[in-house]
Amino acid sequence: MRIKEHPILTFEEKPKLEFIYDGKKVSGYEGDTIASALHAIGVKTLSHSIHLKRPRGFYCAIGNCASCNMIVDGKPNIRTCVTLLKEGMVVKTQTNKGDLYD
Amino acid sequence: MINKDLVIIGGGPAGLSAAKLAAESGLSSLVVERDFKLGGQLVKQTHMFFGSEKQYAKTRGIDIAKILVDDVLKYPSMIEVMTDTTVVGLYKDKVISLLHNDKYIKVQTKAIIIATGASEKVLAFPNNDLPGIYGAGAVQTLMNVNGVLPGHDVVMVGSGNIGLIVSYQLMQAGVNVKCVIEASNKIGGYKVHASKLKRLGVNILTSHSIKKANGTEYLESIEISELDGNWNYIEGTEKIIEVDSLCISVGLSPLSNLLSMIDVDMKYVNSLGGLVPYIDEHHETSVKNVYVAGDVCGVEEASSAIVEGYLTGLIVAKDLGFKHENYDDLYINFKSQLENLRSGPFGEKTRNGLKEIARDQDAK
Repeated sequence: MRIKEHPILTFEEKPKLEFIYDGKKVSGYEGDTIASALHAIGVKTLSHSIHLKRPRGFYCAIGNCASCNMIVDGKPNIRTCVTLLKEGMVVKTQTNKGDLYD
Repeated sequence: MINKDLVIIGGGPAGLSAAKLAAESGLSSLVVERDFKLGGQLVKQTHMFFGSEKQYAKTRGIDIAKILVDDVLKYPSMIEVMTDTTVVGLYKDKVISLLHNDKYIKVQTKAIIIATGASEKVLAFPNNDLPGIYGAGAVQTLMNVNGVLPGHDVVMVGSGNIGLIVSYQLMQAGVNVKCVIEASNKIGGYKVHASKLKRLGVNILTSHSIKKANGTEYLESIEISELDGNWNYIEGTEKIIEVDSLCISVGLSPLSNLLSMIDVDMKYVNSLGGLVPYIDEHHETSVKNVYVAGDVCGVEEASSAIVEGYLTGLIVAKDLGFKHENYDDLYINFKSQLENLRSGPFGEKTRNGLKEIARDQDAK
């Protein structure tokens, strides 16, 4: 869900960026972080906890808590709340500590 | 290895202000920021600041961020900025290792200002890790920077200034704030913020806390309960509230981890938010030429972080042989601004906390 009207801020429509989320073609906008683009299309679970595999989502938005770590273009543990979305990115839900070149 | 005179870790209000005053004094610096943009948490603060005009009162945080960033950009030959850069190692000989674009970079510096700020505290209750449960500041970023809403119905935990302000901004953005709950028997933040919420019909329930969150894949509802005078749940007062989002606003902790890497003398001071370094009146830690500014040495408002940044930048420049032409006047000015910001009943916690970490008195 995106804000359309706001008393103080204006959100201009920016160019669309397409990316792949867990195998599906989806889109966000320029200026989005990976996490905000996913949130806007209703994706709340970004990773799973390492031992109990509990769902984890967006939490701190400052690259500190690791709850939003995902596999981006084959690299695990990417802090998606402080990483800008780019056209063609391949984003996957992370369910483990992360393996290089998974 | 790159050589620098001064490295400033953190590109928020404290770090940017420090870089500006150092540059004005004639000292070059490198500012390192792990986010992809400068400005720290000011970039999402749509409310107007209090204080005096010296600290940009009546200006919105988002506009203060622009002022501070523009000030730094006025010194392109003196202030180098590296965004998307995380400090991964700090060593006692003032070597810093940075991670930037998948590459490690080593920097040898003469002085360091650590201005890493603070992070939001979490609260312990069953299922507190469900997606849909966020830090209140994180939701503020999602809404005000990215223009994305957290959900439809939200409850705010905590009635400090952040909890009250973010609740109001959620309503501004079109989200239904069902209530604010506060464990203490009184509202924590300024009355003016609480009144704005009440005018919109949002209830602030004091002596109430969250008991647990419910949901399997994501948050579906929460259970709240009234608290007695000893902070215990009162049986029979439980209520279920259906929400898709819950914001946690129970204070901030200084991000002082980097200081532990070089064995800076630290102390846990509750009124400052957590583990903070002992500092002298020049903001120098127990390790020579390692300075701190902003929330990392005690959680306060952004206004204080800005002035602490100016003060520390001024002092570090002088210590490295670049004395500002108006050093004495500026020094007195910044010190008195800080004193003003910490005056009155709301500043009492900070004043007492800072006494506990004054290095000249009890560290040695």
